[in-house]
Amino acid sequence: MAVETTTRAKLRWGLLDVLVIVFAMVPVLWIASLSFKTPATLTDGKFIPREWTLDNYRTIFETDQFVRALVNSIGIALIATLVAVVLGAMAAYAISRLDFPGKRLLVGVSLLIAMFPQVSLVSPLFEIERQLKIFDTWPGLILPYITFALPLAIYTLSAFFKQIPWDLEKAAKMDGATQGQAFRRVIAPLAAPGLFTTAILVFIFCWNDFLFAISLTSTERSRTVPAALSFFTGASQFEDPTGAICAAAVVITVPIILFVLFFQRRIVSGLTSGAVKG
Amino acid sequence: MADIVLDKVSKSFPDGTVAVQDVDLEIADGEFVILVGPSGCGKSTTLNMIAGLEDISSGELRIGGQRVNDKAPRDRDIAMVFQSYALYPNMTVRENMAFPLRLAKLDKETIDQKVDEAAKVLELVPLLDRKPANLSGGQRQRVAMGRAIVRQPKAFLMDEPLSNLDAKLRVQMRTVVSRLQKKLGTTTVYVTHDQTEAMTLGDRVVIMRGGAVQQVGAPQELYDHPRNLFVAGFIGSPSMNFLHAAVQDGGLHTALGDVPLGDRVRRELEAADAPRELILGIRPEHFEDAELVDEDTRRRGIEFEAPVDIVESMGSDKYVYFTVEGERASAAELEELAADAGAADFAGAGGNLVTRLSAESPVVEGQSRRVWFNLEKIHLFDPTNGRNLTLHEGRAAGALAD
Ligand SMILES: Nc1ncnc2c1ncn2[C@@H]1O[C@H](COP(=O)(O)OP(=O)(O)OP(=O)(O)O)[C@@H](O)[C@H]1O
Ligand SMILES: [Mg+2]
Repeated sequence: MAVETTTRAKLRWGLLDVLVIVFAMVPVLWIASLSFKTPATLTDGKFIPREWTLDNYRTIFETDQFVRALVNSIGIALIATLVAVVLGAMAAYAISRLDFPGKRLLVGVSLLIAMFPQVSLVSPLFEIERQLKIFDTWPGLILPYITFALPLAIYTLSAFFKQIPWDLEKAAKMDGATQGQAFRRVIAPLAAPGLFTTAILVFIFCWNDFLFAISLTSTERSRTVPAALSFFTGASQFEDPTGAICAAAVVITVPIILFVLFFQRRIVSGLTSGAVKG
Repeated sequence: MADIVLDKVSKSFPDGTVAVQDVDLEIADGEFVILVGPSGCGKSTTLNMIAGLEDISSGELRIGGQRVNDKAPRDRDIAMVFQSYALYPNMTVRENMAFPLRLAKLDKETIDQKVDEAAKVLELVPLLDRKPANLSGGQRQRVAMGRAIVRQPKAFLMDEPLSNLDAKLRVQMRTVVSRLQKKLGTTTVYVTHDQTEAMTLGDRVVIMRGGAVQQVGAPQELYDHPRNLFVAGFIGSPSMNFLHAAVQDGGLHTALGDVPLGDRVRRELEAADAPRELILGIRPEHFEDAELVDEDTRRRGIEFEAPVDIVESMGSDKYVYFTVEGERASAAELEELAADAGAADFAGAGGNLVTRLSAESPVVEGQSRRVWFNLEKIHLFDPTNGRNLTLHEGRAAGALAD
């Protein structure tokens, strides 16, 4: 009887899970399916392509436009992530460990940045960047990305730092470490899961951004993939670019999946176990 | 190696809490000093100030004759063992112990040699490649000790290093700590809650209460000659019995009968501002079954009779609990001690009397028994300020002294 109910329950849960996954995956799979269709069958409404083709993929890699955007995306997202995580780590460390004047103000301001509607900042940023001559450059995108990623980074990281026993830092100081050494050699390695989690979140944010990418760039020089996709024309001016756009959409999810998989393996829980007797 | 001097050291926190007040303490080179006191009395704060982990609000701290108030922990050359052990979980035992040496930029060979040496002393050799997560509590404790001794610092500071171990291991580690300190001869300041540790480990014990030092002395001295009510009640297990005593016609009226007074105490009580009520303190071992006391001894004390509550036979002697009628002794110190020990452990001030009688005593639960106690060993305290009136030039002389 009991066994029956558990298998029943399992079945029910399994079904529910499948339903959720299917619901979430349909649009993604649809795009993937479109990317493998030929222009002729593109609009036939079939989920599984009748004629498989890799033409769309060939097309996007032949156009300079896409490859260039891909390079921009990767470069900009990586640099912004690196800077945001390093700065965020230092700020979060100070917030979780030190008592300094203006601490609450700092936390408040970073919250404010996170809450600020980004749309309303686009035109001022456009003007500022033109004045500063960084419009349509990598720094022109990296800087706003860092600004908006920092609150996120500070919040997640300070939560991680708070979990690390304070005694470890005192012990490091007693062992002869400076504040910097204590941070680099004891605290940072223990906060690694937090650093990786934050890196993933920030990277995804930068990678997927469309708003800044479309408004703060004007040429291929610094246009990232999400922005470049909207300018897609396909192999020739007169071709319908739907298939190519779908292929590009599939391609740009690959780096992010790789990025997440790479860092996820490093996010092992229980890294601090054994430090202090609980 | 160095001496440590605290000169009127105080600590007040930004929120106004005064955690440590005017602590004067001279710790000689190589001495093992214990800081003990109830929770929140400022032991850890004092230790952290010596370590440099807390700023000193006022006063001066000298290590090896040098003022170190403004020096960072790393420049004081002191090692600390934490209650939580604070091992670096991402490093192996070897790396943990080598960490201070690596920071001191020693060459690899010297580091290895020193770590191996320390590991041998602490029997950690087979564990050197393990991570702290895979060690038992006692092993972690030893690694923490190893990390402290490996670089031969001027002094060791230990904040309740054994309190996370179970009772048996604690006794074992106590001897390890003691032997290690003797062997290395390094000045050590050791904070503990546990008065057995305080009594057995240290050369000298510092008793603190509310941020102030109450008394400093060798364990036996504190036990025999407590300067005040707090010290008397804190040291000793089971604790001293405290009874209310009213001053009457040159004697004392107590629940155990009338206690005659010697000239010295009487003179003290003749002063205009002398208290009219006292607290009488007497340790359990200064009672004896009246039948077993010889004539000579009998004259030095008085007898009373009371119903026996509980008899606990320890083999070598018997703990006998009596109920006594009469007014309870009351003082701020006693309430504080009771709160710290938990009311059950601190029977001292209640209507209960704890006595330690010879094993030969035929005492039976539920019956009345005649008991003698030694007047030369009793202490009399002023309930208003806790001062021990029987203390003369630092020696307790009992109630009868002339
Ligand atoms: N950062 C702080 N701010 C304000 N008050 C503090 C701070 N740290 C400690 N205190 C107070 O200072 C007093 C002494 O604390 P301390 O930690 O030295 O006690 P302790 O004797 O070590 O107690 P325990 O035996 O419980 O460890 C306590 O009353 C505590 O509340
Ligand atoms: Mg403490």
